[in-house]
Amino acid sequence: MMFDVQKIREDFPILKRTINGKPLVYFDNAATSQTPQVVIDTIIDYYSNYNANIHRGVHTLSQEATDAYETARIKIQHHFNAKHSHEIILTSGTTHGINIVATGFTGFLSTGDEVIVSALEHHSNIVPWQMLCERTGAILKVIPMNEDGELLMDRYDSLLSDRTKLVFVNHISNALGTINPIKEIIDKAHAAGAAVLIDGAQSCPHIKPDMQALDVDFYVVSAHKLCGPTGVGMLYGKEKWLNQLPPYQGGGEMIDQVTFEKTTYAGLPHKFEAGTPNICGGIAFGAALDYMNAIGFDSIAAYEHELLEYGTSKLLEIEGLKIYGTAANKTSVISFNLENIHPYDVGTIVDKLGIAVRTGHHCAQPIMDFYKIPGTIRASFSFYNTKEEIDMLVDAIKKAQMMLG
Amino acid sequence: MTIQDIQEEIVEEFSMFDDWMQRYEYMIELGKSLPIIDDKYKTDDNSIKGCQSKVWVHAELSDEKLNFTADSDAIITKGIIAILIRAFSGQHPKDIIDADTSFIDDIGLKEHLSPTRANGLVSMIKQLKMYAIAYQTQLN
Repeated sequence: MMFDVQKIREDFPILKRTINGKPLVYFDNAATSQTPQVVIDTIIDYYSNYNANIHRGVHTLSQEATDAYETARIKIQHHFNAKHSHEIILTSGTTHGINIVATGFTGFLSTGDEVIVSALEHHSNIVPWQMLCERTGAILKVIPMNEDGELLMDRYDSLLSDRTKLVFVNHISNALGTINPIKEIIDKAHAAGAAVLIDGAQSCPHIKPDMQALDVDFYVVSAHKLCGPTGVGMLYGKEKWLNQLPPYQGGGEMIDQVTFEKTTYAGLPHKFEAGTPNICGGIAFGAALDYMNAIGFDSIAAYEHELLEYGTSKLLEIEGLKIYGTAANKTSVISFNLENIHPYDVGTIVDKLGIAVRTGHHCAQPIMDFYKIPGTIRASFSFYNTKEEIDMLVDAIKKAQMMLG
Repeated sequence: MTIQDIQEEIVEEFSMFDDWMQRYEYMIELGKSLPIIDDKYKTDDNSIKGCQSKVWVHAELSDEKLNFTADSDAIITKGIIAILIRAFSGQHPKDIIDADTSFIDDIGLKEHLSPTRANGLVSMIKQLKMYAIAYQTQLN
């Protein structure tokens, strides 16, 4: 299928908006993606036609909602190529998924055990593990990175030992766009006897990871990064791990039998899905995957790479502009600063010109500390962005530089 | 001049501009006239939380009037704090506590007033007023 960006843009009603009288240029896709009409329609359809609680009602609406929700789970299973649909836990998002695992491992770790994270992590993939270490006496080790924002794999090798119990790395860095060599990370961790959680929040909009081929133990994503709604995501876990981990929350839905003396828990996936879930969100998550798969992840990745190369070369034409994160293997994220100008100032001016970029530390303060900068301006491109929009960003940055310099 | 008078003066200056770029350029200009805080006061205690950029403010009382000095690593933030300090510096703490700051709306910086904005204008106003409250207690 021919990739026609103008046709794709028609699918996103928000792209017709103006900001401060200027057409919206949305380059904050790494924070959240925009929503195509077909996903919006799915949400409207759910609330208009079959809104009901699931897994318990015998009435028609409840049956329809349950079917749609479980169909979405199977779509997610197929998309990520999990072996079983009950290995797909529907969560409120990436952070929730990480916390289920981090909390669940409390009983499995003891003093002197080690867990490894990478220098490229988002705060949400640092703090839960620090809390786990505080609870258990385990030690947190960090895989360092080089100036380009690539992990030093030889340092990873030397961190691994028989004390290593868990490894947590993001598939793609949100702040720099680096694509990490996760297959190598997973295989080496397994060889050392450690389990691996991969944070896929930034990878799922760009690539289609294969759970079985990766042989990963846990993989977490958020639907809102890949054209779905906020408040829903996936925790993939290997069946053997999910059976071992204790439930994260107690409540309805996650039980088998309850008496005041003892409760037995429901099987997978319900053991981790206490309470009424985000039913509409789950169904819309499935619709978002359908939408992106119809375009095709190969086409998406190829086009986004084109945008990355174009954006990188155009931005580098601006005098005094420095790009942070120059890994050989990276996704369509450009983090940069203008010499002697604070990123916040640039963000404020380009917003007035209708352009949405992220400024600040991107919830990855250790990376900013590494480069000794307060933050960056981050432009992250999606498959519905265009080269013309990149030209508008470049013009806006030049204008900001003129005003602020 | 009272705080009210100074605010009216600032509003009048900003009314000369008809687009946002000129307003921002003027604000950046005002930032350059900010009475800069002594380096020794650039401490964590004197920094204002809730800003994407760093902001430090120091206050000193003389003759029952409060004088502010400040700095920021971002130039627009410097402009914003310069405007606030121009309105508040040299005033009696009680007048600062009672001061209405809705003039920010009238100079076309309304978007900075939202408490959810990361620039922390609201935190800056709060911090200046906190200093005033602290010194007011000393005067009582």
